[in-house]
Amino acid sequence: MKRVETECTLTVNGVDHAVTGLHPGESLLDTLRERCGLRGSKGACEEGECGSCTVLVDGEAVCSCLTMTAAVSGRSIVTVEGIGEAGAADLQDAFLRAGAVQCGFCTPGLIVAADALLTRNSSPSVDEVREGLAGNLCRCTGYGRIVEAVLDTASQRREQP
Amino acid sequence: MTTTSTSERREVTAIAGGVGEPVLRPDGGAKVDGSFEFSSDRSVDGELWAVTVRSPHPRARILNVDVSAAVALPGVAAVITADDVPGVNGFGLIASDQPVFAVDEVRFVGEPVAAVAATDAETCARAAELVVVTYEVLEPLLDAERAIDGTCEPIHPDGNLIRHQRIVRGDSDFVGEVIVEGTYEIGMQDQAFLGLEAAVAVPDADGAGVELLVATQWLHEDRRQIATCLGVDEERVKLTLGGVGGAFGGREDISLQVHVSLLALVTGRPVRAAYSRSESFIGHVHRHPAAIWMRHHADRDGTLRKVEARFVLDGGAYASTSSAVLINAVTHAQGPYRCENAVVDGYAVRTNHLPCGAMRGFGVVQACFAHERQMDRLAAACDMDPVDLRLLNAMETGDHLITGQRVENVAPVARCIRETMALPLPEPETEDHVLSLPGGAGLTADGSVVRGVGMAVSIKNLMYSEGFDDYSTARCVVRDGRVALKFATAEVGQGFVTIAMQIARTELGLADVDFESIDTAVGSAGSTSASRQTWMSGGAVVEACRGVVGQILDQVATDRELDRDGLRIEGEWVTADGVPVVMVAEAVAGHLFEFTAEYHHPETTELDEYGQGDCHTAFAFTAHRAVVDVDPDLGLLRVVQIATAQDVGRALNPLSVVGQIEGGVAQGLGLAVMEEIIQTNGVIRNASFTDYLIPTIADMPPVVISLVEEPDPRAPLGAKGVGEPPCISVTPAIVAAVDDALRKAGRRVSPLTRVPIRPQDIALAGEGSTATVGS
Repeated sequence: MKRVETECTLTVNGVDHAVTGLHPGESLLDTLRERCGLRGSKGACEEGECGSCTVLVDGEAVCSCLTMTAAVSGRSIVTVEGIGEAGAADLQDAFLRAGAVQCGFCTPGLIVAADALLTRNSSPSVDEVREGLAGNLCRCTGYGRIVEAVLDTASQRREQP
Repeated sequence: MTTTSTSERREVTAIAGGVGEPVLRPDGGAKVDGSFEFSSDRSVDGELWAVTVRSPHPRARILNVDVSAAVALPGVAAVITADDVPGVNGFGLIASDQPVFAVDEVRFVGEPVAAVAATDAETCARAAELVVVTYEVLEPLLDAERAIDGTCEPIHPDGNLIRHQRIVRGDSDFVGEVIVEGTYEIGMQDQAFLGLEAAVAVPDADGAGVELLVATQWLHEDRRQIATCLGVDEERVKLTLGGVGGAFGGREDISLQVHVSLLALVTGRPVRAAYSRSESFIGHVHRHPAAIWMRHHADRDGTLRKVEARFVLDGGAYASTSSAVLINAVTHAQGPYRCENAVVDGYAVRTNHLPCGAMRGFGVVQACFAHERQMDRLAAACDMDPVDLRLLNAMETGDHLITGQRVENVAPVARCIRETMALPLPEPETEDHVLSLPGGAGLTADGSVVRGVGMAVSIKNLMYSEGFDDYSTARCVVRDGRVALKFATAEVGQGFVTIAMQIARTELGLADVDFESIDTAVGSAGSTSASRQTWMSGGAVVEACRGVVGQILDQVATDRELDRDGLRIEGEWVTADGVPVVMVAEAVAGHLFEFTAEYHHPETTELDEYGQGDCHTAFAFTAHRAVVDVDPDLGLLRVVQIATAQDVGRALNPLSVVGQIEGGVAQGLGLAVMEEIIQTNGVIRNASFTDYLIPTIADMPPVVISLVEEPDPRAPLGAKGVGEPPCISVTPAIVAAVDDALRKAGRRVSPLTRVPIRPQDIALAGEGSTATVGS
């Protein structure tokens, strides 16, 4: 079997990555982790159920395990490694302070998803937070501290815009 | 008295960030910025990937394994089978009854038969498909009762009965004025930790040993089993804890450890492996599914007089910790209630189902579901409020278990019940938001939603039982005014590192605490399980720090010619008879102090043939109240609120305790309403997060918490373990609330008897068992 090789350029956290030797159907998650050396995004289900792999593509939260790398060539990608510089350092801090982090495996995807949620809706209600993060599984925390971290961040941003 | 401190401030106050404060995790910064390295994030130059070839049959004879085509595939470095295991081809936490690779016979779907190492994961997968195993399919043993009655041929040389334990106490012929009985069923639950199994093995330069980075719960026990299978001395196997993405019992057993270590030795190259989610579901042990019959006898006023019970736990193909899970189940049959008479039989059996072992709650989850459903039946039969019935029978310090063991711990059962019931109830739903409807978005309810309330209570043993010498080791070094702690305690997310840091600050009066690598270069810490690390490894850290404190005070006494007996560390000061003398940071400057401590808990004993003996170390108690909304027509439900009061002894870190409680509640809620591994003819049907559901943020209600803090004088620092108790009585509390709603709706009179509750259990009236008054 002859392997079809493709190449593309990804802009990840503002840095261009030239990717060659792409496997057909290679996921953005695999490319980020195994080629770009960005292992902050996690894989835990490989089918878009758990949200651990969430990244921003042109500002929109997507499951990178379901996104083909070839399909996002040339687009701007933000991962957990770049989300702080992209303006979510307060959200990261709020996760830590609220006790929203235990094992931390879901945390990168949740922070990216919560950042996208707050970009869409700067004053979410509790139900809107629950609706907005329903695609991100956490097995340790029971989610209570996560809701608090997101609401705290929204409230802080309103006070100190 | 000589006082030479350069500090002008002489006020002794507690050190910041010490015991009792909501200190933040030391690994938290790396976890929120993505730089924390989990075991699946580690790669090594020159590494090979590994994959496991597994049985598709629940039971089959292996006629031939042909690896020639796989070996011939370019990029494949090695294919190994049972023939390549140099040591003992068997592992297990209690009995070494599980082969590294199956020989002659496979016993469950997913049992490893071979493993492949190749240049990349894709080549591994292709090579695995080229391994040809010829099977003769055999009739599987899937009915746990047939494993007990002896009508089946043994499916394993060790037989089909893993363990039977009987408990007889008091008057076995006693007959109560009120008798209730029922049969209960608990489905197979998965730990579903998010961080999948992953490890990297690097061979030693001389090829005779291996270094393994792995996410596990117990480094030294892994090392023992790996070394036995590899046929090398334990010193040749070095383990380092990789970042652990949750555990919950599912990492206490060996999964990929021996496979990657052996491949590293065979190939002479680093070998990396990572399970997929579907492989994880068949690659680790699960919570035992259980069938439990119970009959409770009471006086007419509700006083519990006798418990009869029969437990059948399906252990699956291999023993794992089934025998210990069984002992936990049978010895907790009475619940947190006084009861002087008991006849209990328990069986842990071998079948061709997926192997079962440790999961948070460890046998007590199953027992609690049954005894709490029974207490609800008993309340109904006595025409009593379920809360009053439980308060009437609530255990206290000095009461006895049905094993004859006296409960020596603080036992605030009645207080847990009262504080739980005093917590505020949720407001009735006023908004028509879809998230507030049972079933949530996309499902309809026509307004017939009924709210129900239920409660339940649990007792949970802490630490290991039955005479096991369960110890932990910690080393404390003070150098240049900084503390360095070394231990092999697996940090799996629970926050032991935070607690250890707080303990060191409080004991030593020094603010800066560093952690050395968590590995096997220090003595064992025991397992991160059984709610034991805060007590055991916390106890070891306390003793290691106190050893260093003694050395520091010796030094101060010598340097300053002070009476040693009057010296102490208080806050950040060394004090003499209560008077601040010198700040600890100043006193330790230029000196090196080091102390290694081993903490052992009090001895326990094995049970005799009547199930009598002081087999457990300590106990903790919890009460839960659940509020649910039920749509009786569609069989849907939503948990609206959980309230809980938990006996924690002392909250060393309130933020961590709340995290353990909320997370445990979520897992107990999952078992109550959605989580179950389904096997048909021994084949798992739902090995994915699409089909095995765990609670999402939309499924989780607010959790209202009251911490019951009565420091336990038997525990280091007074703190009880808090990991398991939150996930136990929440399950029957939710089921009781659903029963309450269905009663109010006039839909059902017989209690629900199985978890998880399925829509048909609600929507279709079922038959429960009956209560009889008088006899």
